[in-house]
Parts: sequence; C-alpha cells; structure tokens
Amino acid sequence: MMDAGEYFLEGNIACAEAAMKAGCLFYAGYPITPASEVMNHLSKELPKVGGRFVQMEDEIASIASVIGSSWTGLKSMTATSGPGFSLMQENLGYAVMTETPCVVVNVQRAGPSTGQATKPGTGDVMQARFGSQGDYEIIALSPNSVQEMFDLTVRSFALSERYRVPVILLADAGVGHMRERVKIPEEVEIVDRKKPSSGEKEFFDTSEEDHVPPMPNFGEGHELLVTGSTHLGDGSRDTASFSAQDRLVRRLVAKIEDNKRDIEDWEERDADAELVVVSYGSMSRPARGAVKKAREKGHDVGFFRPKTMWPSPEERLKEIGEGSKVLLAELSLRGYRMEVERCVDDLYVYDRLNSLPTVDEVYEKILEVLR
Amino acid sequence: MITAAEIKEKYVRNHPSPFCPGCGGGMVLNAMSRAVERSDVEKEDIVAVSGIGCAAWIPSPHWRVDTLHTTHGRAIPFASGVKIANRDLEVMVVSGDGDCAGIGGNHLLHGARNNIDLNVLMVNNGLYAMTGGQVAPTTEHGERTLTTPHGNPASSFEVAEVVKAAGASHVARWTTYHMKELIAEVEKAMETDGFSFIEIMTQCPTRKGKKQGMDGIDMLAWYKENTSKDKESDKMFVGTLCDVEKPELVGSIYRQIDELGGV
Repeated sequence: MMDAGEYFLEGNIACAEAAMKAGCLFYAGYPITPASEVMNHLSKELPKVGGRFVQMEDEIASIASVIGSSWTGLKSMTATSGPGFSLMQENLGYAVMTETPCVVVNVQRAGPSTGQATKPGTGDVMQARFGSQGDYEIIALSPNSVQEMFDLTVRSFALSERYRVPVILLADAGVGHMRERVKIPEEVEIVDRKKPSSGEKEFFDTSEEDHVPPMPNFGEGHELLVTGSTHLGDGSRDTASFSAQDRLVRRLVAKIEDNKRDIEDWEERDADAELVVVSYGSMSRPARGAVKKAREKGHDVGFFRPKTMWPSPEERLKEIGEGSKVLLAELSLRGYRMEVERCVDDLYVYDRLNSLPTVDEVYEKILEVLR
Repeated sequence: MITAAEIKEKYVRNHPSPFCPGCGGGMVLNAMSRAVERSDVEKEDIVAVSGIGCAAWIPSPHWRVDTLHTTHGRAIPFASGVKIANRDLEVMVVSGDGDCAGIGGNHLLHGARNNIDLNVLMVNNGLYAMTGGQVAPTTEHGERTLTTPHGNPASSFEVAEVVKAAGASHVARWTTYHMKELIAEVEKAMETDGFSFIEIMTQCPTRKGKKQGMDGIDMLAWYKENTSKDKESDKMFVGTLCDVEKPELVGSIYRQIDELGGV
C-alpha cells in the first residue's frame, strides 16, 4: 500500500489503493477489460496488508464470494465492466435484499454486449439502478478524475457500511485508464457497520430513524438466518404474507430515499445561467472545459456534475431546469438521459460514442444551443 | 449417548417443516446434526450455505447454526467467500442435484479444482422437485418427468465421478438408506483438509415415487436392493470414491499472506 503523498497514477490503480486505504480485506474478481488493473494491482498488494485475494471462475462467483466474505465482517470488493456487471445482477439484488455491505466497481466500456472493450461508455447507468429484479434503491457514484477514483472508492466503502447496501463505483474506461496526479492523504474516513448489542436478535428490521439494522458476523453464535427470500426481522423466511413483503421492501427503499441528503453529492458552478451543461464521468472533463471557454467568451453558461448518480440529485436538477436550458453531455445515447429528461423541460443533448470529444466539439454544441 | 430428542433440541429450529411426507430432507438434516455432534467442531463455528430448491431448505431455516440461503446454483462460491475470509469457520454446503450440478455445475468443477476446504452435500433426488418434477442433469436416459413426458432424450451424468476427476480431495456416495455410513462420511468430510463432496441419493416420493408407484419406504428399500459397497458389482456403488491429500486453496492463500508479512 502506498504511503501518503503525491503520485502520478492510473485511475484503476488509484481505485485499488483507495480500497486498501479504506480497509478492504477481501477482493474476488475475474479478468475483464478495462477493469483488470484493479485486480492485477490488488493480487500483488492486498496480501501484504493481510487481505485475501482470489480470482474466481466468473463474475457470478466473484460477487457471490464477496457477499459471503462480508458476512464474516470483512470489507469486501469486486471490480468488473459491462459484460461482467450484467452477470452480477442477480447477486447484486441478493446483496440488496440481505443488506450486505460490499463495493462493486464497474469501469464501463462501450456496449451493448461485447461492444468495444477498450473504449469508454456510460451505457450502464440505468442498469446500475434497475438491473436486478424487483423494487429496490441502490447507491452509485461517478468519478471524473484519478483523484476521484481514489476518493469515491473510499466513500463507496463508507456508504456501503453505513447503509448496509452494495455501492457501485460507476467509473468508465476514460477515468479508469486516465493517468494524472493524485494525492493520497494520511487518513481517510473509515466507517464500520453498526454491530448488535448483546441480546439483540433483529438483524433485518429496525425502528431506528436511519432504517439500518445492526449486522453481526458469522461465527459469533447468533444462529443467523440470512436469506434472499422475503424475511422477518429475525431473518426467518416468509414467502407468503403481505405484511412481511410490504414492511421489508418499503424499508429497503426508504433506507436510501430517506437518507438521500447524506448520500447525494455534486459539483456545480453558475447553475442559474442561461444554459447549464450537465455531465458526469470522463465526459465531464471536456464538458467542463467547454463551459469554461464559453464563459471566457462571455456566454452565460453554467455546469452541473452529479457525483452521486443514484440516488439522483433530482430536486436540484428540477430547480436548475426551472430557470435554465440544460445540455446533457454523456458518453452514451441512453445513459442518464431518461433521468434528466424527467427533471428538465428544456433539454438538449450532446451524446457521443466510442471516445471523448475535444473541448471545442462540446463548445460548438453549446453555441448551437445558445443560438 | 445423546438421544434423538436432544439432537432435535440442539440442532433443529422450531419451524414448520416444508417437506412432504416421506421426504429424505429430514434424514439428511439428522445425519448432518449427528456428524457435528460426533466431531470436534463447535456448533458456533459452522456456517451452512445453500442455494435454491428443496435441498436448500434443509439447513435454512431448519439447522440451528449460521445459515446463508443464497441464489440458485451459487452456494459454492458464496461458501468460498466465507471460508477464504475466515478459515476458522467450518463451512457446509447443502445443495440439490439441479442446484449443484445443473445451474451451479461450473462452480462445482472449480470448487473441486481449487480443492477449497468446503463440505458439499449434494442431495440427489434426480429431478427439480420444488418446481414440480422437471428433468435434471441427474435424471436417467428415457425416464419420464414433468418435462420429459415422452422419456428423457438426454443422458444423466455421474456427478461424483466428475467431481473426483476435477480434483476434489474427498468424494463419496451414499443414500438415505445408509444413515450410519452417511453420518461417518460427513464427519470424515469435516476432518478433510480440502474439497469434500458427498452425493446423497435421496427419495422424493412426491415428484418421483408417485410416477413409479413407490412411497418413501419403497424408495428406501429400492436403495437397499440396488446399491452395493463393492466397486465391481453391477449395482450403483456406495462408499468412498476417493480420499487423497492435495494442496488446498485457503491454506495456500493464508500461507502467502504470512510470507508477505500481512496480518
């Protein structure tokens, strides 16, 4: 693990270093471009800090073992890209249902299907939110720099432990393979899951305001019942009653919904301008550059970048949409578009496939919208 | 000597049974409980991992230990995560034949190849019972099931032989007729430092027996008549298929951590 200091790193390496700094002690994964560097680096470094590294037979097994590990009390993580992320969806839903903290990094690439493995894309944004069956809410963060590959990986662990929910670091090949300066701090915010006090028996229900029940470990004598079936507060399966389904699923959704203020995060500048450019991930770099250029040329243009994709900053987007035109710039055709569309009336889109545009290409689009 | 009532009190949760009359599921639960009772393993250190199907409900919620009831076919990788994360836990996997050898077949192969220190009990009733009795990878060629009404056009496979070939340390096959041998074999599996696989031929009177005019007792009698502990016999072999020492995954991972100075 690297000491505190300034480094010139690739995004995926910064992510791996951040995981160790955040206290991750278990990694399971399967090779896939453009995410493999996370795994390659951890295979070498994680055992040196006492962590367990294992390469599994596929992505289904990878997330399965991550969930199993988390129930022994270890902070656990996997990383993948689109095809592997698709394979993980069922067990991701299992982690939501069993309230298992874990971090899933998706370094998105151009899809659908095999697509272009080395090229960036952000077509998995909706999948991150809706990919598994049934009703649920989940947390997904979007980094746009190597520094944020570090910082948001640390935050992914913190949110995951605080809310007992899988957190998706929704990166893309642009930030995953980008190399730039990154500052590794002396200390990072580490959050540990809430543990039960002695005699406590409800690990899957709570009357606490944050909706987060305490989580014990295997091997502590609780005779735990962990199941992906609908269950009561003590974990016992209830496959039929209205009350069990209603109480559990409403709480799982409320857990994220009601804690939104703590979870959501964004970057904004002059968000009351005539035109506000909304962008995220690696695309937000040329987009922010284009906004800067437009302002220098005297145009009234602002910038808004969600760092928390899910839950989405919908109230803020609606406020912006009330007074401003919005230009959504993203590396896909359908990535975040439906979410922004439902919040904003006067929406324009700069959608790009395969590679990042130049600052001037986005700038031209800004001028076109302003005209 | 512990009594049956004491075994039940200590190992079985007070929960309505989902099993049909004559089902072998309860017998497997009994065998697992008695094996643990006989072994040196503390009940608190056991984690029972299962997938989906009737067999998955044997440990969850009935077995009074830590249980992890997971997704269809994935019990072995979930269990692998538990074991790699905390090697002090004794990890049992209870999985049906469809769960273990059908949808989860690839995980079974790799669990055996890695020789990871898990104890896998494959409860083999020869079909998908919970969903109504559809054909499984263990259903005999020509057999009629819900989805092979004209006879199974496909062939079954010898799961225990496949697991042995894939590299497991310890492989055995018994039936619910052979309770004493089964208890001893589960105990042996827990002692084994490596992947232990026990195929347990188990009667399903509801989905299979009924089609063949047999009840649970008839099916147990059939196991008695049609199995042999003699490998040369034409009958189905029951006993230990292999028991060998091989490098084990979790121990190897921890050795590397130690060598690299991790804690």
